[in-house]
Amino acid sequence: MRRALQCPARGALVGLLAVAACSTPIDGRPVVVVGSKAFTEAVVLGEVIAQLAEHAGADADHRRQLGGTRILWEALLAGEIDVYAEYTGTIVEEILAATDVAGDDQVGRELERHGVRMSGHLGFNNTYVIGMLEDVAEELEIRTVSDLAAHPALRFGFSNEFMDRGDGWPSLRTRYALPQENVRGLDHDLAYRSIESRSIDVIDLYSTDAEIEFYGLRPLEDNLGHFPAYQAVLLFRDDLVERAPAVVEAILGLEGAIDEGEMVAMNARAKLELVPESVVAAEFVEARFGLQTEVVLEGLLDRFARNLRGHLWLVSVSLLAAIIIAVPLGVVAARLPRLGLGILGVVGIVQTIPSLALFVFMIPLLGIGAPPAIAALFFYSLLPIVRNTHAGLMSIPAAYLDSAAALGLTPAARLRLVELPMASVSILAGIKTSAVINVGTATLAALIGAEGFGQPILTGIRLADESLIMEGAVPAALLALAAQGCFELAERWLVPRGLRIESGA
Amino acid sequence: MLELEEVSKRFGDQVAVGPLSLKIAQAETTVLIGPSGCGKSTLIRLMIGLLAPDTGSVIFDGESLAVADLPTVRRRMGYVIQEGGLFPHLTARRNVTLMARHLGWDPGRIESRVAELATLTHFPLDALERYPVQLSGGQRQRVSLMRALMLDPEILLLDEPLGALDPMIRAELQGELREIFRALNKTVILVTHDMGEAGYIGDTIVLMREGRIVQQGGLRDLVETPAEDFVHRFVHAQRGAREILGGGG
Repeated sequence: MRRALQCPARGALVGLLAVAACSTPIDGRPVVVVGSKAFTEAVVLGEVIAQLAEHAGADADHRRQLGGTRILWEALLAGEIDVYAEYTGTIVEEILAATDVAGDDQVGRELERHGVRMSGHLGFNNTYVIGMLEDVAEELEIRTVSDLAAHPALRFGFSNEFMDRGDGWPSLRTRYALPQENVRGLDHDLAYRSIESRSIDVIDLYSTDAEIEFYGLRPLEDNLGHFPAYQAVLLFRDDLVERAPAVVEAILGLEGAIDEGEMVAMNARAKLELVPESVVAAEFVEARFGLQTEVVLEGLLDRFARNLRGHLWLVSVSLLAAIIIAVPLGVVAARLPRLGLGILGVVGIVQTIPSLALFVFMIPLLGIGAPPAIAALFFYSLLPIVRNTHAGLMSIPAAYLDSAAALGLTPAARLRLVELPMASVSILAGIKTSAVINVGTATLAALIGAEGFGQPILTGIRLADESLIMEGAVPAALLALAAQGCFELAERWLVPRGLRIESGA
Repeated sequence: MLELEEVSKRFGDQVAVGPLSLKIAQAETTVLIGPSGCGKSTLIRLMIGLLAPDTGSVIFDGESLAVADLPTVRRRMGYVIQEGGLFPHLTARRNVTLMARHLGWDPGRIESRVAELATLTHFPLDALERYPVQLSGGQRQRVSLMRALMLDPEILLLDEPLGALDPMIRAELQGELREIFRALNKTVILVTHDMGEAGYIGDTIVLMREGRIVQQGGLRDLVETPAEDFVHRFVHAQRGAREILGGGG
């Protein structure tokens, strides 16, 4: 009932969009929503949790590969997900960075204040490690992080999270007095490719990464003991204990159940052998708990259809809403110049908010999945339409405006019969721009769990699988072209013929 | 019918018009003329309420435009501007009938009115389906005039209606306009900077300079009894070909 009840509470802003996000328990089975971050180990753990929850009698839904700690944490607090796998170091350094806590007991108490519980350690420590190619390290005689200080020309490429976090690059640089200037932030999975192609020399690794061996990397010894422990734990909502006690009991069975070797092996199965995470998880659950899971794998066509539907839904709803709101806003901006400056300013500023940040803002209001993505895409679609509507109206020569007024048309009739038709070329151009931007930006919506062509891109990046990336990128590009084509066709019947004639008869 | 009382209008620091008073003669053609920037266009725009006067009032049919419902009043006025101001997204016919359709006239009435106006303005019926860009300058002005006359207004205002046309077409249309105005027997106010046009079309000529009326009367009055030297100079400033040949030969 909890999930059903929270819907009306979200208010009018959410409207119909939220309805799809609210699931109700079917035939009394509790619904448990599992989250996972956008890297393979997290997705495997998410699958394991989901399968255990299913075996414990729940309907488990796995919202896989969400775009980062902040998004998972906000989603957990908002009740959008019930449980996900996290690391103690991340909890201390990132989630609770504002509070000064140390030790599992203190962390546990602090988490409880947010209505979140932490399990015991799952059994492996996935801490940060600094690594470089074995042959380069050998040649430069680098074994420890301290040894890096003697080579200021080395090029560092760190994951974006590592660049920002409390125990990440800023403090590592201070701790080891590292002189390197050439330091870039990039996606963790891209970092492996970059170091393989030798365009960077030093990256941050997770100690359970399967790639350490695969790419022949040397993990450098953290000789000053800089990195805290990153023990894997489960974070779950307080209310799960009452709602689904059997599920909580089942997933707590993971405490001490996965050692580092097992995790590395599972990561290697998923990432290097490209075995689907659900299969890897099912093998583990069977081996460890003796529970058999039937894994249904989705075919390429089904997946494509699902992504296409998801993408079209995101784009069409957000674009339609943007048109309905932005055209009147553009009209108001043209009519009331002072207010217009404000309107153009605000929609311009909205455009500058990074999409990931906007997604995170949306989670407390709209949860995860399509609704917050649609809201964000809606905001991004406003500027071109408002601006072009405004510009289209402002560029109508005064002679026509005078003629319309002198005919005796009321202001509303002038707008409808003369000004909007005359501005239609410009307005449509704005909508076309918005549509193309929208189709592209919608791929990022995968970061907050929305379905669409961003999903295979995200999975493809995570698994370093180019064909999967193409499975998302190519249709998204074609969709953008199709959107443009559609609006060019629409021009033929939306733009009055008189405005499309080039010269005299 | 139309009267200006102590009307003045400024743009920023610049006085554009007045203060001046002017009574437009009923069922006559009054021409506003003067050099560029004399305020004649401002004056006609004040008359149809496209501009509001800073002081004084514009009285139409006993009511000040300041308190009147402008859209309603304007439907009793017809207005033509230089180059026509025809809406490019509408065909000639839809330009002409726009207001009547908006007011919900029945199609039969619209159809017969259009036919009547096309005859009056010598506009070919088959060209009514063309868009403004597909018409010549002269044709555009005919359509613009038809549009202004569609609702059979009590008063017709034309702001440099022939200003953008080449001389041959212009001379031809001047003749036609004069015929049309005679036939309509309406109150007409026309702005021009061409003395010949003013004298040919106008019953009364209002000569303006720097926002004020210098002299008002028939062409003969202006020529024979100029109120001041400026009137004499203005009237004789535009020389005809014959005059040039006579003077220079």
